[in-house]
Amino acid sequence: MIDRTMTPLLEVRNLQTHFFTDQGIIRAVNGISYDLHEGETLGIVGESGCGKSISAFSILRLIPNPPGKIVNGEVIFEGTDLLQLSDREMCAVRGNKIAMIFQEPMTSLNPVLTIGHQVMEPMVLHQKIGKKQAIQESIQLLSKVQLSEPEARMNSFPHQLSGGMRQRVMIAMGMSCKPKLIIADEPTTALDVTIQAQLLELMKGLTRDIGTALILITHNLGIVARYADRVLVMYAGRIVEKATAKKLYSSPSHPYTIGLLASVPRLDQDLKKSLSPIEGQPPDLLNLPKGCAFHPRCRYRIPKCFTQSPELEQISDNHEKACWVDVH
Amino acid sequence: MSIKPKNSLLQVNNLKKYYPVYTGMFLKKKIGDVRAVDGISFEILNGETLGLVGESGCGKTTCGRSILQLDPPTSGSVIFQGKDITQLRKQELRAIRKKIQVIFQDPFGSLNPRMTARNIIGELLIIHGMTDNKTEYHEQTDHLFMSVGLDPAMADRYPHEFSGGQRQRIGIARALSVKPELIVCDEPVSALDVSIQAQIINLLQDLQERFQLTYLFIAHDLAVVRHLSDRVAVMYLGNIVEIADRAELYINPLHPYTKALFSAVPIPDPEIERTREHLLIFGEVGSPFHPPAGCKFHPRCPFAKSVCREEPPFPGKTIDDNHWVACHLIQ
Repeated sequence: MIDRTMTPLLEVRNLQTHFFTDQGIIRAVNGISYDLHEGETLGIVGESGCGKSISAFSILRLIPNPPGKIVNGEVIFEGTDLLQLSDREMCAVRGNKIAMIFQEPMTSLNPVLTIGHQVMEPMVLHQKIGKKQAIQESIQLLSKVQLSEPEARMNSFPHQLSGGMRQRVMIAMGMSCKPKLIIADEPTTALDVTIQAQLLELMKGLTRDIGTALILITHNLGIVARYADRVLVMYAGRIVEKATAKKLYSSPSHPYTIGLLASVPRLDQDLKKSLSPIEGQPPDLLNLPKGCAFHPRCRYRIPKCFTQSPELEQISDNHEKACWVDVH
Repeated sequence: MSIKPKNSLLQVNNLKKYYPVYTGMFLKKKIGDVRAVDGISFEILNGETLGLVGESGCGKTTCGRSILQLDPPTSGSVIFQGKDITQLRKQELRAIRKKIQVIFQDPFGSLNPRMTARNIIGELLIIHGMTDNKTEYHEQTDHLFMSVGLDPAMADRYPHEFSGGQRQRIGIARALSVKPELIVCDEPVSALDVSIQAQIINLLQDLQERFQLTYLFIAHDLAVVRHLSDRVAVMYLGNIVEIADRAELYINPLHPYTKALFSAVPIPDPEIERTREHLLIFGEVGSPFHPPAGCKFHPRCPFAKSVCREEPPFPGKTIDDNHWVACHLIQ
């Protein structure tokens, strides 16, 4: 069980990441706050452009600058604010205490280095171990992620592996320094469902074994339902609902969350039921509407929604939403 | 879905599409075939939606392209309204193309960026001589715009000015323009966000009812396929392994691959999802260049027996009118 009375492993406070473009300022992440405890799995869901990936990149300060910039906020990890660290100190955190698993296994591995080299790299860099030992540990890691013939794969190049195998290598790299936190950005989106199921089970098992906290960023509501302890729903750079997975699915309270859940066909639902999509188009981040960003698409809107943007408010234990209207 | 006449619109018999593989720079020598589609047969009835699911590389898109004659099949026949369209000459094929249309997956790559939305939609009207003058052309294209839920005022914009969902609507309007009978939908919603995906799914259903369309719906998302289809065919490595009525297939899947596919799709409800049984399969999809002998699924099948390694499971077993499966383990 997760002990929520302890100090959280990660505290994100009022994080704002903006992109300064010729067309204007894109407020990709616009003031989000959340906690993450040791060993906890946090799901971040939302559609493309809602800021879920940028919020995670901001934790590791992987925002290309310019045009992007973290303009405000704190990211407190084990008591230190990551945003105040020097570049050198930050390098000691990346891949060591916080690791990242990227979405595209095709492009996020270096094509001119062998698998072995890439899996070993964080260990040699952060743990200062010898090459021989690093090779041994890498082979162990690769067999832990169930890559067939791990010794032979050490000398393979990424193009010789399939998408699923590359993602296994990415997971091995992420695990290599036994990090406290792993951020997985759409780790299985590019893969087939049977491979997706294998990899998610594997990741869940490995993180449980070493007690790692996991931030799972995805647009797939089913994956979140299966793996996450708590969930953040994001829309247009803000968190609109924050709850435990059970509460979010049993009593979704923000109109956007309700809309999302009604939009996806489910394998177990009545066949006659038609989908009720969210009307309208996703928001244009350059010209966000005034008031609540969701109001142009919201069926429950009231006049207040047009002018004032709601803040997150607690509605019950472990359940917060940012909405002026009581929707049930 | 309402009651529909049960006559068949399209029959696919033992369709094969092999892509030859050559070696050598100048003296090319054929070293084998990639068996993208390796002998599949099915039938689509008038007014129904047949879903075709499978993972990447299973041949579902190639199957669609072979039916459309975009990639003429290596062997086998595609009988549309009683006529084998694989044997037609170009001129005759053009008339058939009016009746079979396609909606592509990628709303970004499948629209010509240098044409306005109106001309993209109206192109087929001109090619098939369905419009006489400019006023009529404008009226018809405006009407098409409205039928897919777009504002005709946007008709003279270029594709980059539209969002992904809107572009997919343009693709649908183009397919509708020539009043087709069969539309091959090749992953029409998989590039879209969920809220937009639901809009397009509902649109496809509305249009089917309004224009009595028949769909071959190709997708990898089982929940979407179940939602839209009357019957579902499951493909694995170039073969269909199971076809059944959608309700039957989801309640009573028989092929181990179908079962594994279903259990791999997480249900968005933690209570159900965390308590239901999961059948995980291991390994990766085999290569269509060197497909495994016997049943192609046997290297990944948790129930494989010696017969599975030696003999292909064809012609399969008919369980009842609405259920067919190709597996040695089903008696």
